[in-house]
Amino acid sequence: MMLKELSEATGVSGDEENVRSILLRAIREHVDEVRVDALGNILALKRGTTQNGLRVMLAAHMDEVGLMVVGHDGDGFLRVRTVGGVDPRLLPGAALEVGPDHLPGVIGIKPIHLLKSGEEQQVPSIEDLVVDIGATSKDEATKLAPPGTYITFATRFREGSITVSGKAFDDRAGCAVLVEIVRGERFPFDLHAAFTVQEEVGLRGARVAAYAIAPNCAFVLEGTVADDLPKDKDSSPTTRLGHGPAITLMDNTFIAHRGLVRLLTDTAEALGIPYQFKQPGIGGTDAGAIHTSREGVPSATVAVPCRYIHSPVSLLNLDDFNNTITLMREALARLTSSTLRSDL
Amino acid sequence: MRELIRKLVETYGPSGAEEKIRAAIRAEVTSLADEVRVDPLGSLIVRKQGSGEGKRIAVAAHMDEIGIMVTYVDEKGFARFTRIGGVLPLTCVGARVLFASGVTGVISVENKRDDPGKVPRFEQLYIDVGASSRDDCPVRVGDAAVFIQPFAVQGTRLIAKAMDDRIGCAVLIETLRRLKHTPHDVHFVFSVQEEVGLRGAYTSAYGIEPDMALAVDVTRTGDTPECYPMAVELGKGPAIKVQDTGMISHPVVRELLVQRAEAGHIPYQLEVLEGGSTDAAAMQLTRAGVPAGCISIPCRYVHSPSEMVDERDVENGVRLLLEVLQAN
Repeated sequence: MMLKELSEATGVSGDEENVRSILLRAIREHVDEVRVDALGNILALKRGTTQNGLRVMLAAHMDEVGLMVVGHDGDGFLRVRTVGGVDPRLLPGAALEVGPDHLPGVIGIKPIHLLKSGEEQQVPSIEDLVVDIGATSKDEATKLAPPGTYITFATRFREGSITVSGKAFDDRAGCAVLVEIVRGERFPFDLHAAFTVQEEVGLRGARVAAYAIAPNCAFVLEGTVADDLPKDKDSSPTTRLGHGPAITLMDNTFIAHRGLVRLLTDTAEALGIPYQFKQPGIGGTDAGAIHTSREGVPSATVAVPCRYIHSPVSLLNLDDFNNTITLMREALARLTSSTLRSDL
Repeated sequence: MRELIRKLVETYGPSGAEEKIRAAIRAEVTSLADEVRVDPLGSLIVRKQGSGEGKRIAVAAHMDEIGIMVTYVDEKGFARFTRIGGVLPLTCVGARVLFASGVTGVISVENKRDDPGKVPRFEQLYIDVGASSRDDCPVRVGDAAVFIQPFAVQGTRLIAKAMDDRIGCAVLIETLRRLKHTPHDVHFVFSVQEEVGLRGAYTSAYGIEPDMALAVDVTRTGDTPECYPMAVELGKGPAIKVQDTGMISHPVVRELLVQRAEAGHIPYQLEVLEGGSTDAAAMQLTRAGVPAGCISIPCRYVHSPSEMVDERDVENGVRLLLEVLQAN
């Protein structure tokens, strides 16, 4: 399963090589041109069946959140900082993979037997945590994991009948959806697939990818927050698992193009594909960088709802995942230049 | 110009849904322009052809206004919302909002909150559109609304919602009406999505590739009780921006504005704004960089439903912009 391979690959922002090579292998035979740009984005072209001049960009980011070694301490512990948004509450007890050789690491934490009264109530900050790779001296630790070494969560992918769990569904779920679309039939327009780098640290890869592609419109494929845990008040969940692909209307980085949103909802309704709107005003995606590229790019974001993203393990519903692929394929098949009119 | 201003401030147009205000402005400018186009994000670009010996100048005023967007409708038909642009919770309670469909809503606040003495947080606010259940609620997730207040005239003071930045749009339209001859190729930009991050200005300036860029927008004042000190007052003339938190005006552009104001005997003030920015900040950084400046209309209570400007500042803003565009 593509999603399994992608989820288990390590690829913190700035270190996307493992994910990139999986994706290059997966799409190479299905595209007409492919290259890796200066920042490391994969830019692939699948030509259209017509020459209607429309250039459609589909983007998913390859990078995931993680940690980076910044120093060494004591008897061989690693000092680390977060890369992208990692919640420090989730670190104690997490199993980690350290560096290109995937050294097993754990977060060094005082055993519960030694905690002082009240200490168990406190969340240690990232500055107070160390990563333990079992090194016996500072020199050995420095040799095994020099400053700059990347660290990811060590999480195996697991498959159930309706859900799967694993790490980095943000945005390997989007990457897997994009692979399926690239492997499918041609569209009437030129499809430009971009697997981007460094989204989690500021949408950096997408900015240059959009500049290079100069598309007429763009869709960003994501794994997004599903915040449908029990609540004490009748208030909005961000998205809900099992309720279909989540379409963004507005987040902190962009306002979706209304024509593209209508294309998505009309397509879903015509085919009976469930969909939901992501709660407006939350988060941000590569669309934030893409839509202001050059003279402007009408953009939309479609996401697979995932619970517990940016944590060691997230969970997604396979129907949501498959419906996202179907919705995107069908919506793209219906896309024309009049979809992009701004006076709709 | 009052009738034009009234029409502009009363037209619906939150960031990302500028169709109605764009149509209203388009109707005003089409007969005055050599070319009118809409860019991919929706900004309206109105070109006035010069006699050929001048520069290519972009003059931008944003047509979007702040507003709110529905995030959730509960079982009883009350809507929760998020803000579009810099809406303040302080001005929300008791305010009325208008949706594109014509539905009116009232914003209120949860009674049983843990900190009743404090300014409420957005998640404690809700919109009541008079519905009794989720099913009969006339608004849904993603619907956007703007604040409403009637346009009022009090002496030389004009009071309305969305003065930010329909007053800039009015200055551009009035300038276009009076501009008979210019050496410059002038692109009047009515930009989208300024309130959420100057987004329309980035893309429109990229497309125009100007030699010089000006924004016309509102600025804050320092003339109200116990306010933060700021050397800008209502009625003392348009403000020539020196800097704000997003941009330092190009010294040549700033000097040009000062010179033209003095040559035309137009009152002006110099503006240093310590919170906020304008489309000029975005235009300045497009492509290889664009010398940029800003003419600001002093405005009290910016981002509240009752923004106040002085008509004389608006008129002098038009005169200043005309002086700049007519000079070689």
